[in-house]
Amino acid sequence: MSSIKIELRQEDIEKIREICSSFNKDPQELINILHKCQEHFGYLPAEVQEVVSNELDVPVAKIYGVVTFYSFFTMTPKGRHPISICMGTACYVRGAEKVLDEFKKELNLQVGQTTTDGKFSLSSLRCVGACGLAPVVLVGDKTYGRVAPDDVRNILREYE
Amino acid sequence: MSQYRMQIMVCGGAGCSDLNSEAIFDNLQLEIEAFALENEIQVVRTGCFGLCGLGPVVRVMPDEVIYTHVSPDDATEIVSEHVLKGRKVERLLHKDPVSQKILATEPELSACKKQLRIVLRNCGIIDPENIEEAIAANAYEALAKALTELTPDEAIKIIKDSGLRGRGGGGFPTGLKWEIARKNQAEEKYVVCNADEGDPGAFMDRSVLEGDPHAVLEAMAICGYCIGAANGLIYIRAEYPLAVARLKTAISQARQYGLLGSNIMGTGFNFDIGIKYGAGAFVCGEETALIHSMEGLRGEPTVKPPFPAESGFRGKPTNVNNVETFACISPVILKGADWFRSIGTEKSKGTKVFALAGKINNVGLVEVPMGTTLREVVFEIGGGIRDGKKFKAAQTGGPSGGCLTEKHLDTPIDFDNLIAAGSMMGSGGLIVMDEDDCMVSVAKFFLEFTVEESCGKCSPCRIGNKRLHELLEHITKGKGAPADLDRLRNMSRVIKDTSLCGLGQSSPNPVLSTLDNFYEEYESHVTAKKCPAGQCRDLMEYFIIEANCVGCTACARVCPVNAITGERKEPHIINPEICIKCGACKEKCKFDAIIIH
Repeated sequence: MSSIKIELRQEDIEKIREICSSFNKDPQELINILHKCQEHFGYLPAEVQEVVSNELDVPVAKIYGVVTFYSFFTMTPKGRHPISICMGTACYVRGAEKVLDEFKKELNLQVGQTTTDGKFSLSSLRCVGACGLAPVVLVGDKTYGRVAPDDVRNILREYE
Repeated sequence: MSQYRMQIMVCGGAGCSDLNSEAIFDNLQLEIEAFALENEIQVVRTGCFGLCGLGPVVRVMPDEVIYTHVSPDDATEIVSEHVLKGRKVERLLHKDPVSQKILATEPELSACKKQLRIVLRNCGIIDPENIEEAIAANAYEALAKALTELTPDEAIKIIKDSGLRGRGGGGFPTGLKWEIARKNQAEEKYVVCNADEGDPGAFMDRSVLEGDPHAVLEAMAICGYCIGAANGLIYIRAEYPLAVARLKTAISQARQYGLLGSNIMGTGFNFDIGIKYGAGAFVCGEETALIHSMEGLRGEPTVKPPFPAESGFRGKPTNVNNVETFACISPVILKGADWFRSIGTEKSKGTKVFALAGKINNVGLVEVPMGTTLREVVFEIGGGIRDGKKFKAAQTGGPSGGCLTEKHLDTPIDFDNLIAAGSMMGSGGLIVMDEDDCMVSVAKFFLEFTVEESCGKCSPCRIGNKRLHELLEHITKGKGAPADLDRLRNMSRVIKDTSLCGLGQSSPNPVLSTLDNFYEEYESHVTAKKCPAGQCRDLMEYFIIEANCVGCTACARVCPVNAITGERKEPHIINPEICIKCGACKEKCKFDAIIIH
């Protein structure tokens, strides 16, 4: 599991309980519950999973199994400006790999990592459905279309 | 509804929204209000027009004029010129990249020719957040017809006779699927809409959900009536927040209008729809995996039988169809099986939506009758290859499909012809590649995807695909041997034959199909250690052509490893031992003196 140890505050625990109750603590709603929790915390640390496990009466191993199965869920906190590079086929043939390499180089990060100051995190995702704009980069909610490796530095500069 | 003399439609599809079409909408609205025209001119935010490569797109009706690459600042000019004076804003019209001719209106645009829109009938025409516009465009009429004029068996017979086949990939006859679900007796049954569009490069489901959500809701209700289910569930990717929001709006509006919920249209039929979220797993497109995911479990497939029609969600009979399949239902019920049968080829009826992407001029969504040839799609509708390059291949069926080459250009596209050509329909992504694309790398790219997305339950898929990927990696790095090509083929066959679900059974397709169609390219990677397309970095060698080099030293200065030497005003030389093939020198050279071998 993740190396980060956090201590949940009482209000965080209450929040998780509230989310679970809103789905009637139904284990079949686990994925919807995890979505809500991730929306709230930004990620799903082991401690959050433990509370969900107690609430739903589902072994924490099962929950961990689900969290790690789906790529949308993450156990490491994202940066304040999460960067996602679309690696769908359309973006790939239009050169997304070179754009990703440039981000890796500029930020000195690997995919799935967050900068030490917590500012940027880097991830690749599969097709955002905006293939007309390929290659596509998302920073937070903002979309950049037709990105060339040369644009990378300018994009990062916007967040200084 | 009020009558307007003119409508300005702003595309709110995925690509255009990402390019801030929302601000265009707001500005147009402000301009219209500034001239107090809001009772005459309506500004509408619609779903995808399908012209994604030209976005953001604005269409003015009834003139059918299409403005492309519109920015929010252009709103003033569109209103002051077009709306007030009836003059087109020339600079925003689309110019054909080849002939330089201005193509102002919809019928003139090549992307719109040859298209027949059944699934996308309302996309880009109605406001998806307004149920009244949907109803004005015949939404829920088919549901009314089914509930009041047809028995469930009669409705199923129409679907069966129409020859409609599942659009999610497999092409299973939809009517037959419904019939099986109907025959299974149970108190509780479920209708599930598979909106987990995981195929990279396909975005038609997203466009339908965002542009015409009622088409899906209505069809699910018809399905519920036919198979005897009162509950519908839409399994949708969490990565599509706009589609989720529009679906939620549509569901609550349909409930308000008594088109979902209990006693629909006073007929005593009850049906309601809920939403379940996916969380990013390609394998969840497989129906059994999808059902497990909806139950809050890992999305791992299970052996069929039992089929979901016997034992699906919560162990109850469940009918799973894809978004595009559902979107075909209402027109079939309204216009009849014969009408639908009249479109398409012998065994594939109706139309198919393709997401055209890659190295093609007109990127976007197109809907064509089954049996349209690849040439028509790529060259007539798609406007040909970008930058005048040569067509090399088109990948259909995503990571489960294969590539079609020049020799397939005149093959009519339908389910069976694609399988015969070593590919498959899949969900309809059509990625066009040109001469610069290395097919070995393309196969490797798809395998990388499969390796990542394999759920790991069965070993042929979990281990086999990993090994396949490693072999391809070796080959693209110049470490492959001729025997590896046979190894690739054998391993692919074993994975196909022994995997548990559709993912593994189809994952080696990109390898097999590129091996079949581009064997020389593989050979050249393993024997001559050359990449003919010049894509595989490890197989490249950079050379300076002596005659072209003027000795400006620009390349030597930019080289990060000092591999380039030479005197000022003398031809330079690259030392291949030191060169890391980063390409920086080639980019810098103004005299085209550096070439790749």
